[in-house]
Amino acid sequence: MEAFTTHTGRAVPLRRSNVDTDQIIPAHWLKKITRNGFEDGLFEAWRKDPEFVLNRPERQGASVLVAGPDFGTGSSREHAAWALQNYGFKAVISSRYADIFRGNSLKNGLLTVVLPQPVVERLWEITEADPTAEITVDLVNRRVTAGDGEKAVDEPFELDDNTRWRLLEGLDDISLSLRNETDIAAFEARRPAFKPVTQAL
Amino acid sequence: MLPPEGTAMGRTLAEKVWDDHVVRRAEGEPDLLFIDLHLIHEVTSPQAFEGLRAAGRPVRRTDLTIATEDHNTPTLDIDKPIADPVSRNQIETLRKNCAEFGVRLHSLGDREQGVVHVVGPQLGLTQPGTTVVCGDSHTSTHGAFGALAFGIGTSQVEHVLATQTLPMAPFRTMAVTVEGELPEGVTAKDLILAVIAQIGTGGGQGYVIEYRGSAIEKLSMEARMTICNMSIEAGARAGMIAPDATTFAYLEGRDHAPQGEDWDAAVAYWKTLRTDEDAAFDHEVVIDAAALSPFVTWGTNPGQGAPLSAAVPDPASFADDSERQAAEKALDYMGLTAGTPLREVAVDTVFVGSCTNGRIEDLRAAAEVIKGRKVADGVRMLVVPGSARVGLQAVDEGLDQVFTAAGAEWRHAGCSMCLGMNPDQLAPGERSASTSNRNFEGRQGKGGRTHLVSPRVAAATAVVGTLASPADLARSDSTAPTTEV
Ligand code: SF4
Repeated sequence: MEAFTTHTGRAVPLRRSNVDTDQIIPAHWLKKITRNGFEDGLFEAWRKDPEFVLNRPERQGASVLVAGPDFGTGSSREHAAWALQNYGFKAVISSRYADIFRGNSLKNGLLTVVLPQPVVERLWEITEADPTAEITVDLVNRRVTAGDGEKAVDEPFELDDNTRWRLLEGLDDISLSLRNETDIAAFEARRPAFKPVTQAL
Repeated sequence: MLPPEGTAMGRTLAEKVWDDHVVRRAEGEPDLLFIDLHLIHEVTSPQAFEGLRAAGRPVRRTDLTIATEDHNTPTLDIDKPIADPVSRNQIETLRKNCAEFGVRLHSLGDREQGVVHVVGPQLGLTQPGTTVVCGDSHTSTHGAFGALAFGIGTSQVEHVLATQTLPMAPFRTMAVTVEGELPEGVTAKDLILAVIAQIGTGGGQGYVIEYRGSAIEKLSMEARMTICNMSIEAGARAGMIAPDATTFAYLEGRDHAPQGEDWDAAVAYWKTLRTDEDAAFDHEVVIDAAALSPFVTWGTNPGQGAPLSAAVPDPASFADDSERQAAEKALDYMGLTAGTPLREVAVDTVFVGSCTNGRIEDLRAAAEVIKGRKVADGVRMLVVPGSARVGLQAVDEGLDQVFTAAGAEWRHAGCSMCLGMNPDQLAPGERSASTSNRNFEGRQGKGGRTHLVSPRVAAATAVVGTLASPADLARSDSTAPTTEV
């Protein structure tokens, strides 16, 4: 996993709530067996509309998605996080995410930042007024900054220390868990005999 | 999630199961939980196996892992090669991966093949007090047995394959208490749709929901699975129901249920899996069962639902800004006009199936309503059993005949039109009444419009051609053999 420290980039304002994973990446894309190549499937149905915000010329190359509440609801497909990353997003900002989507994103180094809805609204206003405006997502200091003057945003966000540390270091969860081999083996040894197994070993 | 030190507060069911699976707990780190059962299917596993291969890691516990083919599988001509090369490749990749890593697999054509959440319970693998995970959000289904069951992403699938554990963030607890008697003809599906409409698609976020109360205790295992299945549609991490005599009776004698002394030991343990009297939930919701009626969705998320007797709501009636906008977008997509009685909404397709309502009891319920009647002209009805075994049992009971005699199509097991990854899809603009769990835009096919309903409402709708309940049939066709309401 690529480490995430701080990122500055232009934004895409997505003024929609309850964007589910079927919208982020439709099911027919899920037949692929790789982790990349999902960029063209991102918001596929909406992108048919030339006026859809992602299609606007001024949004090309933007890397921060600012979305409405309840982003990523629905299925557990990690393809949603991959599609956003494949497309070039480094961070998503929303006031609320579906749990599985958020977990998937953070495991892949796509930083999902939670900010209160009024702050999200201000970020929308900033980037809509000036599409060249940049948003900085600073994981080191857990702050989001954007714009200047009266409307400027400079807000702290919360992310637990453990997740932040893994992202900053770009650490792979599996090797971290395998460091606990003794504990896992001890647990397996005391697991009751009546627990189910799928096949004899 | 843990009581502050020094207090001896009671624990909820979810907390008990969690505590019994902690492999390692350390300050400032998520708990590392042991996973009892890992279910696998073709869609969310290829990249996980690829990751194992790249790192040179084996599957740690092939004896706690089981795979089946469901999302991509065709429901017709299953003995022929899968026509879509991309789907075929994904299924073949699963077969290769399972063979290479030693994972038990139930392939198309096998009696135990089917939707992963139907397969685990029917084999008796899903048991009270276990931790169950699957790369599929509807893993919450297994909570019906008092298991702590989470949907996970592909990175986590790889993590469980490699370590049989998962680091898990703590959860909050919510009780949804349903007291009283469900009115006749009102089912678990109506109940859960009503719950989601009440708490919202984000209302369960961060919570494990425990469903309790007298109305829940009276439900069959199938009905409990329908309820827990849709917990995820309220945004919850998981849904659970405390195991009881109904649970034990369902499990006893199943292939993988414990036997002899193990059975006794298991039951003794399972009986401890109840929320303590003095346990506190972080949030509580109380629902009056008697006030419920058949419930359907009108919008594009499962929280946008209403009683069948109501009309399509006016977006202006929503106080909340984002809810109002969502309603406007939904009506536009669904091609509905505010104020139209839901009973006047005509459908093109009726789908009975999925991990929500594709079990034997669901097929029986739909068959009972449609028996001796005909699917309305111009309506296509698809009946897809949740698993091959459910299909065989239905054939044994003659249900397939009931459906085909009515003009419905009887298909082979799989996810089918629930998500339209196989050829079973809605055409753009087509409208369905579906017993599945998601009415998202394009879920059942690009441009398709979905109304979520119970199996009984699905069957009645197929007969009438517009959204309907069995009670409407009894009223309208006095010539047909009378059916209860
Ligand atoms: S039946 Fe539908 S919801 Fe259930 S596992 Fe299959 S696709 Fe997912």
